[in-house]
Amino acid sequence: MRFATITSPHTERPNSVTWTMLWVLIALIPGTIAMTWYFGWGTLINIVFASVVAVTSEALVLKMRGRNPIPEIKDLSAVVTAVLFALAVPPLLPWWLTVIGMVFAIIVVKQLYGGIGYNPFNPAMAAYVLLLVSYPIPMTSWVPPEMLNQHALSFSQTLTLIFTGSLPAGLTWDALSMATPLDVMRTQLDLNFTLGEIKNSPLWGDFGGLGWEWVGNWYLLGGLLLLYKRIISWHIPVAMIGALVVIAMLFHIIDQDAHPFALFHVFSGGTILGAFFIATDPVSACTTKKGQLIYGASIGVLIYIIRTWGGYPDAVAFSVLLLNMAAPTIDYYTQPRVFGHERSSHD
Amino acid sequence: MHKATSVSNRKLFHFHGGLHLPDNKSQSTGDPVRKAPIPARLIVPLQQHIGEIAEPLVTVGERVLKGQLIARAQGYISAPVHAPTSGTVADIAEHLIPHPSGLTGLCVVIDSDCRDEWIDLPEPLTSYHNSDPAELRERIRQSGIVGLGGAAFPTSVKINPGPETWIKTLIINGAECEPYITCDDMLMREHPQRIISGIEILMHLLKPERVLVGIEDNKPEAIGAMREAAASSGLTGLEVVPIPTLYPSGGEKQLIRVLTGKEVPSGAIPAKIGIVCHNVGTAAAIADAVLEGKPLISRLVTVTGEGVKTPANFEVLIGTPARNLIELAGDYTSKISKLILGGPMMGFTLNDDAAPITKAANCLLAASGHEAPDPGPATPCIRCGQCAAVCPVNLLPQQMYWYARAKDLEKTQEYHLFDCIECGCCSHVCPAHIPLVQYYRYAKTESWAQEQEKQKAEQARKRHEVRVARLERLEAERQAKLRMKKEALAKKPAAKKSNDADGADPKKAAIEAAMKRAAEKKAKLTEQGVAPQNTENLTPAQQAKIDQAETRRKASHSATTVTDTTESQDG
Ligand code: SF4
Ligand code: SF4
Repeated sequence: MRFATITSPHTERPNSVTWTMLWVLIALIPGTIAMTWYFGWGTLINIVFASVVAVTSEALVLKMRGRNPIPEIKDLSAVVTAVLFALAVPPLLPWWLTVIGMVFAIIVVKQLYGGIGYNPFNPAMAAYVLLLVSYPIPMTSWVPPEMLNQHALSFSQTLTLIFTGSLPAGLTWDALSMATPLDVMRTQLDLNFTLGEIKNSPLWGDFGGLGWEWVGNWYLLGGLLLLYKRIISWHIPVAMIGALVVIAMLFHIIDQDAHPFALFHVFSGGTILGAFFIATDPVSACTTKKGQLIYGASIGVLIYIIRTWGGYPDAVAFSVLLLNMAAPTIDYYTQPRVFGHERSSHD
Repeated sequence: MHKATSVSNRKLFHFHGGLHLPDNKSQSTGDPVRKAPIPARLIVPLQQHIGEIAEPLVTVGERVLKGQLIARAQGYISAPVHAPTSGTVADIAEHLIPHPSGLTGLCVVIDSDCRDEWIDLPEPLTSYHNSDPAELRERIRQSGIVGLGGAAFPTSVKINPGPETWIKTLIINGAECEPYITCDDMLMREHPQRIISGIEILMHLLKPERVLVGIEDNKPEAIGAMREAAASSGLTGLEVVPIPTLYPSGGEKQLIRVLTGKEVPSGAIPAKIGIVCHNVGTAAAIADAVLEGKPLISRLVTVTGEGVKTPANFEVLIGTPARNLIELAGDYTSKISKLILGGPMMGFTLNDDAAPITKAANCLLAASGHEAPDPGPATPCIRCGQCAAVCPVNLLPQQMYWYARAKDLEKTQEYHLFDCIECGCCSHVCPAHIPLVQYYRYAKTESWAQEQEKQKAEQARKRHEVRVARLERLEAERQAKLRMKKEALAKKPAAKKSNDADGADPKKAAIEAAMKRAAEKKAKLTEQGVAPQNTENLTPAQQAKIDQAETRRKASHSATTVTDTTESQDG
């Protein structure tokens, strides 16, 4: 009898890219629910809309490149990009900004570099930065968290606002929107208020912005799920948050009035989302374990530097993109010691 | 006296990565080992070992007896081959052999006469304790014993580490870490005393301080039987050590690490750090050769998988076609999809069950489509690092893959390609289903080919230089002679009575010296001129070679799966 030949190993493969991405999406559910709870329907609408745009763009560009789009769409990586983007942007972001962001992320950042696996930059973060630089006002107009919001919008009001830009009768943008705690902190500190004074505002919770501080916990929950499922390893998140805490603590000790304490940084902005879901994007991150520690810690330090002295209130996206650039070099110099060798060849 | 009965509390060590795999061993351990009947026709390959092929000593039509030497070892790293049964040599020809690429090899085909008549065997060396170790080694060498764990390296080489090397630890490998395979397990359960006898012989030869028998803890019966046999042998320094079940702990370097905490340096053999490692089956074969005079003509083979009706272990004569074993195991089931020689992780698929069993064949896995599914198209690497996390050698498989794919062989070597043991852990976990190991095999083969090409070119260059220099010298000499003749002729009439030899000698010497200088200078120039030219020629030549190999590869079916699937995905 004759048989087909293939090469070893001859086993049922336990992992697949689709499952990996699916687990990331599952791990984002708690955070998504929390975002919707505190900031209204906008996030959810953005997630669905961004996903549709991302998948459509990917299908189109693959068709144009003369390839069957089905396998690559099935890997769900475009959906992950869309969801991360939608979670990072303000919930009431006008629809056309989402379109620009997704088209840029999928077509330019991902497919023009060769598709999944070849993009040196994290597509969601590249899109975020592009929009932040080009349209700073809508990209920083957040809604207040649920407990401070006197004008919570209904689902259909949110939908109308995102897609037509028309506000419910009698409301103005000013009444609807509010700067993020990081933003407030920055502006107030720049105006020479002390931390004590700033924290007296009703915007403040136990250790971060009211509402904001809790979203991070839900992201953390999802992150732990990814760690448990071994979709990600602990190196990047731990190094990133660890470095941020250490440097924030140092400065807080030096000058308590000018530098908020460490937990504020951890639970504000996109720190936790970034640590577990964005910086860990395997394609654009470091791949060696030692490299991942350096990569994560550098992102943590950069976040602090940009938040404290840079021109933008949040810094996760910038920091991640900067380190994306350095990742191949870091990888090269952090090769592990191979079995039977004295030490790695680049130590 | 320290006896090996106590529960082992030996400190064990870890290696990086590894996999917990479903072991699928119980299917084939239900029944005792059965003796496979003598097949009507045996196909005995002459190269069943690593090293030089054996040289046939019989002719077609000749009658051979069981155990008769039919091919002798050629060179130090080689092994002789013996007739597995009595009968007539029907043919000595190329025949399909078990090979990853379905190649043929020179085989002695024997038609059995069903009498199974032994040749006069050499004297048993029962009192080997008093005999010369050299005699023992010669016996083992003449018996055609090779490593039976799968590598088939000639055992005689491994038991002769040389006078400067002191073997402190002898390791006996009973780990059998690959799923499905149980022949070592069954051997340890049923014939532990044979293994122990073999160990005793090895101890006599190598004089180790301690002997550690490593067995994965998913084989409690084997551990029990081996411990009992070890205890009753009364040997000192012998310990049966259960080790955690973790693929690939049966890899030689991994097992050494687990048992001793030592790492065999890259590119070196274990003897370098005072360790030698033998498989349990090899130990038993050594006992047979020394104590009974029997050469290696049979081995245990596991026949298993959902593709056969009644999985079991058989004692099989070397040269028995795989097809016969399948029939013994109740024939194929309707689920049969692939026939694998060896285990699922490192074995290779046979394209034809007419291929014979060799000394290296430990398992015939008739796998169903569910057990060994087609891996499906590979997608681009997402750099998730799962491969690196499981690599027992702590390599970066994703980087080696990247450069192997780009055909940057130098870079793959920088990432220590040649330390890869092809265990398959990385491919197994890769979510993108990239056949990583195939890329590494490709890169290794190409690197070897290039290395050979380079050496050839280097030799050619040297030969050329020598030839040019010789020609120049000859030419110079010829010219010198010519001139001398002329001068001699010119002189003759003028000074007829002066001594020719006296007058000519200093001149001749001067001329010769000048010629030599000129020749040397020319040779030097040629060297300078030729050398760069040749190195320049090298690269395109090599490139052509690579391209050729590439086309060949693309043409062959197995490779098509790699190149095509990945390239159509991300090209
Ligand atoms: S496991 Fe596969 S996809 Fe992941 S890094 Fe390794 S080669 Fe790439
Ligand atoms: S096949 Fe090679 S690279 Fe892959 S896990 Fe095994 S040793 Fe590492």
